Amino acid sequence: MNRDFKVVGKEVKKIDALALATGEVKFTADITLPDMLHVAFLYSPYPHAEIEEIDTEEALNTPGVELVLTYKDVPQTLHTTAGQGYPEPSPYDTRILDKRVRFVGDRVAIVAARTREIAQEAAKKIKVKYKPLPYNLDPEKAQESEPVPPQDAYHLLPTIYEPRKNIAAGIKLKFGDVDVAFEKSDIVFEHRFEVQYASHSAIEPHAAVAFYDERGRINIISTTQVPFHARRIVSRVLGIPLKNIRVIKPRIGGGFGGKQEVFLEQVVALVTMITKKPSKVVLSRREVFTSSRTRHPMITWYKAGVKKETGEITALKLKALMNAGAYGPHALTVMANAGSKVLPLFNKIKNLLFEGYTVYTNLPVGGAYRGYGATQGYFGFNVMLDMIAEELGIDVLEFFKKWHIKKGETSPIFEELGEGKEGVAQVIRSCALSECIEKGAERIEWYKKRRKKLREGDKVRGVGAAILMQGSGIPKIDMGAAYIKMNEDGSFNLHVGATDIGTGSDTILAQIAAEEIGTSIDKMIVYSSDTDFTPFDVGAYASSTTYISGGAVLKCARKIKEEIIKVAAEMLNVPMDAVFIENGVAYTEDRTQHVSFEDIALYSMYSRNQHQIQAVASHIGLESPPPFMAQFAEVEVDIKTGRIEVLKFVSAVDCGQPINPVLVEGQVEGATVNGIGYALWEDYIFDEQGRLKNASFWDYKIPSIKDVPEVETIICKTYEPTGPMGAKSVAEIGINGPIPAIANAVYDAIGIRLKSSPFTPEKVLKAIKEQGLKL
Amino acid sequence: MKGIFKINGKELEISFEAHKVLLDVLRENGFTEVKEGCREGECGACVVLLDGKPVNSCQVLAASAMGHEITTVKGIGTLHNPHPIEEAFVEAGAVQCGFCTPGMVIATYALLKENKDPSDEDIKRALDGNLCRCTGYVKIKKAVKLAAKKVSENE
Repeated sequence: MNRDFKVVGKEVKKIDALALATGEVKFTADITLPDMLHVAFLYSPYPHAEIEEIDTEEALNTPGVELVLTYKDVPQTLHTTAGQGYPEPSPYDTRILDKRVRFVGDRVAIVAARTREIAQEAAKKIKVKYKPLPYNLDPEKAQESEPVPPQDAYHLLPTIYEPRKNIAAGIKLKFGDVDVAFEKSDIVFEHRFEVQYASHSAIEPHAAVAFYDERGRINIISTTQVPFHARRIVSRVLGIPLKNIRVIKPRIGGGFGGKQEVFLEQVVALVTMITKKPSKVVLSRREVFTSSRTRHPMITWYKAGVKKETGEITALKLKALMNAGAYGPHALTVMANAGSKVLPLFNKIKNLLFEGYTVYTNLPVGGAYRGYGATQGYFGFNVMLDMIAEELGIDVLEFFKKWHIKKGETSPIFEELGEGKEGVAQVIRSCALSECIEKGAERIEWYKKRRKKLREGDKVRGVGAAILMQGSGIPKIDMGAAYIKMNEDGSFNLHVGATDIGTGSDTILAQIAAEEIGTSIDKMIVYSSDTDFTPFDVGAYASSTTYISGGAVLKCARKIKEEIIKVAAEMLNVPMDAVFIENGVAYTEDRTQHVSFEDIALYSMYSRNQHQIQAVASHIGLESPPPFMAQFAEVEVDIKTGRIEVLKFVSAVDCGQPINPVLVEGQVEGATVNGIGYALWEDYIFDEQGRLKNASFWDYKIPSIKDVPEVETIICKTYEPTGPMGAKSVAEIGINGPIPAIANAVYDAIGIRLKSSPFTPEKVLKAIKEQGLKL
Repeated sequence: MKGIFKINGKELEISFEAHKVLLDVLRENGFTEVKEGCREGECGACVVLLDGKPVNSCQVLAASAMGHEITTVKGIGTLHNPHPIEEAFVEAGAVQCGFCTPGMVIATYALLKENKDPSDEDIKRALDGNLCRCTGYVKIKKAVKLAAKKVSENE
């Protein structure tokens, strides 16, 4: 379906961009209030220990210090910091402060003082006597190790949770009989893959501010992707009524999943409740690395059975072992997504087994991170497909195109595997993956470069590809809502719970509303994410905002349009169905009479049947239509140094109808470059006690402008009938392909299979030594 | 201690502790457009111009900046009177979360002062000290080129 859009699909400028570019915007850390206290933490130097004694006297006596809190002083409510829907599919295994510390970087105490510096210095004066406990840093040894979570940790959902064995989550899913099918297969592939820790590295560190308003309610301003979940979690953890909490999200300096965690809001709220003074916490970069959240490392074992003649994969087994770190936010769902967002892509495999476990270790805590398990799962998946195609002697792109899921098809996994419960059955209604593969191949010059092993001195070139899907929100769980009112000049206030963290959701939601109402984007005044003044929304995660919140905005716009037409019909003295709207004007069918939006608004407020023209709507996704993507890497490998250089990277994406093509490209480019950094060098380096050795941007390098190859994005437009204006999501998918595409390109260049990311020169040289170059 | 700071063309007398870095003195006195991303001179979110040269303000002792011309992004353009560089960042789609943008704008300003028609390599060199996690730099490169065009057209 090709609609003739006026606002949607256009390169509308991001509505907050100029304010951001000119530095007008206040971020959380920019907020200072009179008498404000600054919060600092004392962190555990041990990977696992019991606090035997804690002496806060000297810290408390430091001039400027107003409050020191230890586990003895704070509510001991178990909770999860995962900002997910309720009941959260993550274990309740966390306390604000606990007698036991579980990783180097776990919190020991909270200090509030007149300045940040005083608070930080005072924290160092707290004397703690620890009793070190046995600890474990190896996920493969977790089940036999000292239990990490608290004795009384529990899960709200009836799911696999065995904290005494360090099992934070488990899933087993089976179709057909893989063992019988492997027996009957002509070729069996079996390989182990491993992906590593990573930091989201949003340039804005996590921060939160709390203060009492004049009614005695706790107000929290925070760098959150989930303001409504934050309100709910703070209420529970601190035992204060939800009605007494307001959470406000200002502009956010990037999230990528790292700010889907609620671990600062309760701290500042508590400090303010005790001291009756405003309080603020801003994490240092080091704290963001060690003590916020990370990408979950994962080991995957793929086993595939293939029929030689047809190339059919008759059986596939995926075993996943995910490292939760010391606490379990998203322990179940990230691991589940390694299966649910990956396996349906090859939907014709009849015998399937997916078995996954997430385990506790004494390391930093994993959480939501763009890609959310799919990134971990797609590495092995795409490398296996590359291996199979090679063994069959066919072009991997043809292999992809033959077997990938297509429009009108389904996968049983959609129904079986959801987020903490069963999933939702769905048929694919839009899919341009084959087109993505073809267009991407053209841009990377696949058929000119593949298998050529172009060599210049020690440097050899190759190209590789990966195919991907993600989802659009969590079906039948995620809900977003919108409210629109008309002002007397014919402009509109659009209030959404949806949380713009830099993605541009405020802009695209305004585009959807303006398009549907029949007005221009400059008539939309957007206000988002304030628990007092906007309707509910689950927040910015799971690639849900365009699809779910966009769906709510579309419904709401339809409703208010009805209301506008009703008043216009009254004014024009014609029936409602004889009125249509174009560019902010209501016309009679024959165009002989018209009234402008301004006339309509004024009439509705001051003339007859006075009322506020307004509408509210909610939306849940009944399905989660996947965006699709093909990604291509061209690399040059230095066989002497082991260094991989990515020369060019192409992403071709089907995200349905792009609401704003520039913002779509921006999402894909940002995800891709983050993915390239993750593929090549981003990693957490620990010493033998689990101390992070590279907790700074100097030692944990994220790509700079110099590191970025030629990056190209191709939008292969489709129309998703269940999406607002035909749209699907796009935020996460682009981070999933760089690891496998680069690995496959390295194989194309030098015949080495890389199975453990990041692909550092050391690992490449080691692989060359083990496997031998094939030039 | 007390000192006179020349910030965005205005002289201000500011009391501050002798060990403070310029970033803190600026932020504590309302110049919150100067962002703190790492405090270790790596991310570039706190870049300001010191006598026209871009510096990471987290690495400059405030006392050493007294008497020198300090320019933050608000000294370059404003919401009501934006600089062509800022307009270029908006038009090119180079602003996602916008946290790094003030630093990027300053780095671009310093580059274009020296070099009206920068090559890709010039842009990479000039902006290498400014990290962005949102954009993958594709649209930032585009924005700098567009800014160069706009700035030379304006002259």
